[in-house]
Amino acid sequence: MEFLVASAIGILTAAGIYLTLRLRTFPVILGISLLTYAVNVFLFASGRLLVGGPPILRDGVEVYTDPLPQALVLTAIVISFGMTAVVVMIGLGAFLGANDDHVDDSDAEAPLVDEEEDMA
Amino acid sequence: MSLFLIVAVPFLGALLPGLMNQAGRSACAGVTFMVTLIAFIGLLTNAPAVFAGEIVQVGIDWMPILGLNFNLMLDALGFFFAMLILGIGLLIITYGRFYLAREDNMGEFFTYLLLFQGAMVGIVLSDNILLLLIFWELTSLSSFLLIGYWKHLPEGRQGARMALTVTGMGGLAMIGGMLILGQIVGSYDLSVILENRELIQDSPLYTPALILILLGCFTKSAQFPFHFWLPHAMAAPTPVSAYLHSATMVKAGIFLMARMWPVLSGTPEWFFIVTAAGLTTMVLAAIIAVFKHDLKGLLAFSTVSHLGLITMLLGTGTTFGAMAAMFHIMNHAAFKAALFMSAGIVDHEAHTRDIRRLGGLRHLMPITFVIATIAALSMAGIPFLNGFLSKEMMLEEATHTYLFGPSWLVPALATFGSIFSAAYSFRLIGHTFLGPKRDDYPGHPHDPGPGMWLPPAILIVPVILIGVAPFLVQDFVFLIAEAVIGDVGKLEVKYIKIWHGLVPALYMSIIAVVGGLIVMAVFKPLLKAWEGSPIPFAKTYFDLFISGLVRLARIIIRPTHDGSFTRYAAIMLGFVAIAGYYAWATGTVGAPTRDLQTAGPVEIAGWLMLVAATGGLVFLHRNRLLALILIGIVGLMVSVGFVFFSAPDLAMTQITVEVVTIILLLLALNFLPKSTPVESQPLRRLRDGAVGVAGGLAAFAMAYHFLLRDAVTTPISDFHLANSYKGGGGTNVVNVILVDFRGFDTFGEIIVLGIAALLIYALTEALLDGPVRARLLNRNPDTPIAGDVHPMMMVILTRVIMPVVIMVGFYIFWRGHNEPGGGFIAGLIVSIGIVMQYMASGFSWAAARQRYPYHGVIGAGVLIAGLTGIGSWFFGKPFLTSDFTYVRIPPFEKFELATAAFFDLGVFLAVVGAVLLSLESFSRLARRAHVKDPEHPMDIDPSRDDAPQSAVAKGGV
Repeated sequence: MEFLVASAIGILTAAGIYLTLRLRTFPVILGISLLTYAVNVFLFASGRLLVGGPPILRDGVEVYTDPLPQALVLTAIVISFGMTAVVVMIGLGAFLGANDDHVDDSDAEAPLVDEEEDMA
Repeated sequence: MSLFLIVAVPFLGALLPGLMNQAGRSACAGVTFMVTLIAFIGLLTNAPAVFAGEIVQVGIDWMPILGLNFNLMLDALGFFFAMLILGIGLLIITYGRFYLAREDNMGEFFTYLLLFQGAMVGIVLSDNILLLLIFWELTSLSSFLLIGYWKHLPEGRQGARMALTVTGMGGLAMIGGMLILGQIVGSYDLSVILENRELIQDSPLYTPALILILLGCFTKSAQFPFHFWLPHAMAAPTPVSAYLHSATMVKAGIFLMARMWPVLSGTPEWFFIVTAAGLTTMVLAAIIAVFKHDLKGLLAFSTVSHLGLITMLLGTGTTFGAMAAMFHIMNHAAFKAALFMSAGIVDHEAHTRDIRRLGGLRHLMPITFVIATIAALSMAGIPFLNGFLSKEMMLEEATHTYLFGPSWLVPALATFGSIFSAAYSFRLIGHTFLGPKRDDYPGHPHDPGPGMWLPPAILIVPVILIGVAPFLVQDFVFLIAEAVIGDVGKLEVKYIKIWHGLVPALYMSIIAVVGGLIVMAVFKPLLKAWEGSPIPFAKTYFDLFISGLVRLARIIIRPTHDGSFTRYAAIMLGFVAIAGYYAWATGTVGAPTRDLQTAGPVEIAGWLMLVAATGGLVFLHRNRLLALILIGIVGLMVSVGFVFFSAPDLAMTQITVEVVTIILLLLALNFLPKSTPVESQPLRRLRDGAVGVAGGLAAFAMAYHFLLRDAVTTPISDFHLANSYKGGGGTNVVNVILVDFRGFDTFGEIIVLGIAALLIYALTEALLDGPVRARLLNRNPDTPIAGDVHPMMMVILTRVIMPVVIMVGFYIFWRGHNEPGGGFIAGLIVSIGIVMQYMASGFSWAAARQRYPYHGVIGAGVLIAGLTGIGSWFFGKPFLTSDFTYVRIPPFEKFELATAAFFDLGVFLAVVGAVLLSLESFSRLARRAHVKDPEHPMDIDPSRDDAPQSAVAKGGV
């Protein structure tokens, strides 16, 4: 079981990294989502795996799972939605503005600062 | 009034001008005036204590572990400066009300002004040097906003940037100096530092600390060689120049030198650095000022010169020098603020500040002429005006100061500077107001209304009063001087008199005035010689310095920040790999302590689905719709995994988030291309694949490693399990952690979520405002739109389901404290219910029935959560302490009521607002020009007669 979860984390990470290194916005977003899954599952697994012991207090139950990583991951899931939405919006804005959804700015010579506003 | 309030009032009041902006300019200025007046009266209520020689102190510990305490003190020195800041502030606000044009945003201006005022008051009342540094930096920032207030002027922007660069760098140096000082003494409290003169001056770190602190003071007070920013800051509106550059900000450096005088002065280092810098500044700036044609430029350099004079007096290290410095600050603030305001009046009425285009204005502007003349004569050092008294004290002090050997050097230089000081004062009067009337003024000069001339006129009163009857302020000056000197020495009481007998200072004064008249007489040839001489401009060097820095930054940044996202990602992955390797190589690995659990066929099947979906995503991601389905499977399998491993809350959250994420990505795909082209070389794909596999293996190894071992130290989780019911009143420990144990975290997280949603909204607005709008409106969808966009079945179904969804959300919310559920999940469920309405019935139909703006829902959520937390203050408990009780309302079962439920309600609202605002923003992009918003939710509706017509219309959301 531990092997299954750990390998799932590994596979999600590997696929996430590969997609993040693609050249278009959409696969990059997918890659970041996969990495998010991997990180969330990883954090969740830091409470160690337990079957059939939810963190709901009951009379007569002795074994509970670790509730703390669950609480942290719960908010992480919701926040990751916010993050994905912002990234998608930025990617969409860039595409609509330039009709181009490459993540790499090919024009490396673009000025870093507004020359007209330079002190000179 | 408490000192806390005096400092806090301008900051709190800074909110008001912006709010009053709509109510008119007088209301806006009036409310600013009232705020300053309240602080001023508050200051005056402390006057009896200060005049009795007491030091008013208040303080609370802020971060005692760092030595940062919010301690304030008020002695005569602080009182004097605070009075200047607030008193002249009142006049400036009145003047500014009439100076600013109708198109200037007055609320913005007065907000900045009050921020600046609060920061200045904070500096002069601070009793902790770290606190003082905070206010010090705040003055730099707020003055940047004020100097650059006219954003359309390039000079304004450049001047503001230059002022921020110079004073900001000085501020950084000063932080270093202050930290050294605090380390030497072992306390950051000013009152403690001031008692340790010997300790500080004997320390080997005294010289570096002194130099760093003086760098801060000299940059702020525009001392040579950092004087050049002040004239460039004159691009600011005149009220700002009059306020910042005569009475307040540039005096901050002087104030700090005076404040630190007891511990830093008296050593040879102090004497040489401060006196020499002051003397050089005074003479150089006076000479430059004479040849400035811009009225405000002339005043700016004269200010620099006078600041040099004050610095020199502080540098001598004698008690008389300190007293003369304080007296001159008082006099200079009065006549210089009046002069700046007069220059502003001339600019306002004649539409030019160029002295060469002025002259003869005494006929047209008699009131301004009188005010400016009296102030300028005081600046020149003419008897019976206040400038004469302190200038003579300076000359007197100069005769006793020996710098670099010859005894005549300092007096001669001081007299030389005074000649030019008299000369520029005479030039200001002569070339602006005297002479024949001209016909070619750009405007029609005439005296302004009393709103503009009264403030400088009020300042003329002390100019004359002190000049004629110096004994009126004598005791006050002594009091301030004693506060500066502290325990170091005894103030040598020399009475301030107009006539001291035939002393050297008198002859020097006479030489200065006569010399000034001679300079004016031969002004034309002098000007020709000046313009012919190769004088280096400090701005040129500053620009060279800045462009050098920019070039250096580019050399460093270019190779790493070249706009290639994949390169950034690769660099980050590389660093993670190195850090991971370091941790692996330096740590120790213990033997496994946990047994492997066996996996059944169902678990393996789930794992296989996850792996298959992930693998499919890698190979099939070019088909974007298919990729969405595959990532949906991944999300589903992750939620199933959460259920299996005893995390029902997580599973519910994951699956609901999955739904809204997929909807969001679908909306985005509406605009994006539907497939990803093959672009990268096979070699590159191989390389990326190798990086991915390496990362995956590392993640697997780490996860597998710790899954087989117990935690190194005892986890704090047992505490939560043990106290969840007793302390938090809930049996769902995860929910109790979220809303109670770690409520502060959750509070922060809903704020982040809200900000993310607002960011999406703002980006949408920006897109719809720009050129993208036209492209969106004329877009031809790349896939055909369904003939029946809003099918009747779906409309009916979603509407029937809606109350059920709300009911489920309500149920999930209420049971959250004891059973899986809670605000996050309930919020997501309700959001999905509402999004279904948008999808089924169309954006415009749903939006028209949506009464509460989602911004407000987010705000209400954060506010409710915050107020719940604040509520516990009223019971003397820390923020977000929760309480609960059991209530029984017949005929219901007994149920539990916890304050945490209100907090959870806030979470719920914030989540609903954030999710819906994000999705709504996306769908707003989808509205197009040639498709009219349908009036009805359904395109085909048998109960309507006009069905054929609307059925033809295609489109919608």
